[in-house]
Amino acid sequence: MRIELQKRAGVSRLFSFVSPLLALLLTVVCGGIMFALLGKDPVSALWSYFIEPLQEVWSLHELAIKAGPLILIAVGLSVCYRSNNWNIGAEGQFTMGAIAGSYLPIVFYEWHSPLILPLMLVMGMIGGALYAGIPALLKTRFNTNEILTSLMLVYIAQLFLDWLSRGLWRDPQGYNFPQSRTFVPEAILPEILSSGRAHWGFIFAIVAAVLVWFMMRFTLKGFQIAVLGQSERAGRFAGFSGRRMVWFSMLFSGALAGLAGISEVSGSINHLQPSISPGYGFTAIIVAFLGRLNPLGIIASGLVLALTYLGGEAAQLSIGVSDKVTRVFQGLLLFFVLSCDTLIHYRIRLVLGRLKGATDGAA
Amino acid sequence: MTLNDESRTGALLSVRKLTKLFGSFAACDGIDLDIRPGEIHALLGENGAGKSTLVKMLFGVLAPTSGDVLWQGNPVRIGSPAQARKTGIGMVFQHFSLFEALTVAENIALSLDPGISLGKIADEAESLSRAYGLPLDPKAHVADLSVGERQRIEIVRTLLQNPKLVILDEPTSVLTPQEADRLFETLLKLKQEGRSVLYISHRLEEVRRICDRATVLRHGKVTGACDPRQETPASLARMMVGNEVAAVSAATPEAGGSVLLQVRNLDVPARTPFAVSLKDVSLTVRSGEILAIAGVAGNGQSELFDALSGEFPVKEAESIRIRDKAVGTKGITARRLIGAGFVPEERHGHAAVPDMSLSDNLILARCRSDARAFLAGGVLRIIRYSAVKAAARRISAAMDVRKSGDDPPAGSLSGGNLQKFIVGRELDRQPGVLVVNQPTWGVDAGAASHIRQALVDLAKAGSAVLVISQDLDEIFEVATHIAVINDGHLSAAYPAPGMTREKIGLLMGGLNDRAGAGPEETGARHAH
Repeated sequence: MRIELQKRAGVSRLFSFVSPLLALLLTVVCGGIMFALLGKDPVSALWSYFIEPLQEVWSLHELAIKAGPLILIAVGLSVCYRSNNWNIGAEGQFTMGAIAGSYLPIVFYEWHSPLILPLMLVMGMIGGALYAGIPALLKTRFNTNEILTSLMLVYIAQLFLDWLSRGLWRDPQGYNFPQSRTFVPEAILPEILSSGRAHWGFIFAIVAAVLVWFMMRFTLKGFQIAVLGQSERAGRFAGFSGRRMVWFSMLFSGALAGLAGISEVSGSINHLQPSISPGYGFTAIIVAFLGRLNPLGIIASGLVLALTYLGGEAAQLSIGVSDKVTRVFQGLLLFFVLSCDTLIHYRIRLVLGRLKGATDGAA
Repeated sequence: MTLNDESRTGALLSVRKLTKLFGSFAACDGIDLDIRPGEIHALLGENGAGKSTLVKMLFGVLAPTSGDVLWQGNPVRIGSPAQARKTGIGMVFQHFSLFEALTVAENIALSLDPGISLGKIADEAESLSRAYGLPLDPKAHVADLSVGERQRIEIVRTLLQNPKLVILDEPTSVLTPQEADRLFETLLKLKQEGRSVLYISHRLEEVRRICDRATVLRHGKVTGACDPRQETPASLARMMVGNEVAAVSAATPEAGGSVLLQVRNLDVPARTPFAVSLKDVSLTVRSGEILAIAGVAGNGQSELFDALSGEFPVKEAESIRIRDKAVGTKGITARRLIGAGFVPEERHGHAAVPDMSLSDNLILARCRSDARAFLAGGVLRIIRYSAVKAAARRISAAMDVRKSGDDPPAGSLSGGNLQKFIVGRELDRQPGVLVVNQPTWGVDAGAASHIRQALVDLAKAGSAVLVISQDLDEIFEVATHIAVINDGHLSAAYPAPGMTREKIGLLMGGLNDRAGAGPEETGARHAH
């Protein structure tokens, strides 16, 4: 017996819809098995992982705080991936955006002005975009692989941030803690509602997702991205420049990652410190694919992945498992998303032994 | 199962009531076919008639839904190409299955027993390719080879396996007449050795020349079996299409039309180590003229197209003039905006994105030249899908594009229908200058004649048309002038009526009369 993948005549609409749900279900089942192997009751563990965080107002706010950067970064990455540019260094662009945006409130720490916040956001976007411009330059100039360069730049950005918060930008009144001055109130991104901590970063994410969805769906720019992503030759025939698209997609995704970085720092951390992200830039890759590289889908998948972060924290507290469980869930999810996507283009067939088939053919 | 006596005794391969269903659509519907030992058997039919499906079943790529295949009278089930090869069936596909990153010898090795050394394969392939007049460098990378050269690999690869039955899908479409002659000699040699050949071709002349028997398919059914030597091309075409194929009436240009496309002393260095450089190419196409450029694949045709289309602009602005504007350094968009249209050779992934709908593929070529009709919203450049869809429908109707559904993905259309759409997409704008590379490669007779007539009509309406083609029948049908490209050199252009196949063949082989080379020659061509 063997298993065959048979190409479908067209894209299965049913499975385009079902595949992410199926992936979620399989992730939950595997997660349950994992909890069972750890000696925990799978049902109550999954309950505290996936349901409990949704039952309280404050944890919904936490969900929005975590989902905001994931969605914002993933929306930018979706443009990259659709155009066949593989930026996986969003974590570094997030960090550089946070650093560039924090320049004003840390260096000019006595400046109180309503101008400071918009300037910080713009500088954050510029910082992220410039940092993503490095792999773009290397790719267009020297034909280097942007997967490698963008990934390696992540570690440079993280160590740069580490150095800044322990060295140059360390708070002189901070009792030698490795962190910068706390931002002045004017430099802090306000909360959306008075009921909790969720800040405007989440709104930025939703707005960005809707705008990018509009761009991809209705404008010539979106069309260019799709064409160049599928066939650079056809794109050149259409008069679109693949080189310019490398620049556009890298700078665009870098800017959104930078905006996410400064929003996170300004909205929820309020100062710089050696670690500002629980891996948002990498998790956003999963978010982008789970959302089928569609910005509206990314909103949904960003919320799901944010839940795995919250659940990890909750499970750590309530049932005492390691917070590494979060990473396991994210990994499982990406694995199942990518494998379930096969069903969109292929159907699975079980073929029983060849001998039987041979007699069939002769009968 | 009932078998008649003939198939038990005579035939090498028999097919009984073979049917292949895709969903409810019958691509092959109860096909009967007998191939005798030592005969060249033609399989004729339009694109979509079921020829490819039939031979894929014979070669084990597709499993039949019902029906029987008999090999030397015994029922067999061919479950895979490997099994087909073991049975004694070899096949040369129309769309090649080659790994671009590997060399010629490595590609050949992939289809042979793993035990044989690469050096030995390379030697064998080289001697075989020489013997059959299909020159090949076993060390060349496939990515750097032209369509024609790739096909040679497929032919040599199949012959190396010493098959009893060779299936050839459109084998001569990229060969010069002389090379085709040599291939025919090869086929006749195979026949004398007692092997059979199943020969698929749209070229009815060829079929009449070398095939002993022919089976004609239409809409998945056998509509006729005949001795092609007793038939005329017109009667064969009638069996294929169901009605007479319209003969293309060539354009007769009036003298002294204005020059719309001019290339002067164009030099383009090779972009890759295996590409052909263009050397001092000059040509002129006037209003109402169709200049056809003949040549064997891989002699600079695609490089010339790239330079003319502006996909790869050249160094000197003056070396290419379109409608009296120097555009050599400009890109394809600028050239489209002054009224030029382009049709590249490769349909999938160059002229069209297969996974995108026809209307999206219309935007692909015309988003800038028809910005007023297709875009709205100023700088936002929002695509007006309703206008685009209406235009796509108009083009499909004008070119008789047969498709499933209103706006299907380009890749779901048959080659001929997609090509009609791609050509129609340019014709719809009535371009002043049209450059077409291999307009009817792998396209069925009905669609080909439609496309050629459309090119002639465009020239009659006053446009300048440049056709790059390897198909001499096509060239003689449409051209008012003919030039030949060889190793990046372009011969002078000669008026079509005075040209012969022999002369073109000699020019293709590089026997350019020295007196006729160089810029003076273009002068001579002006003087005719």
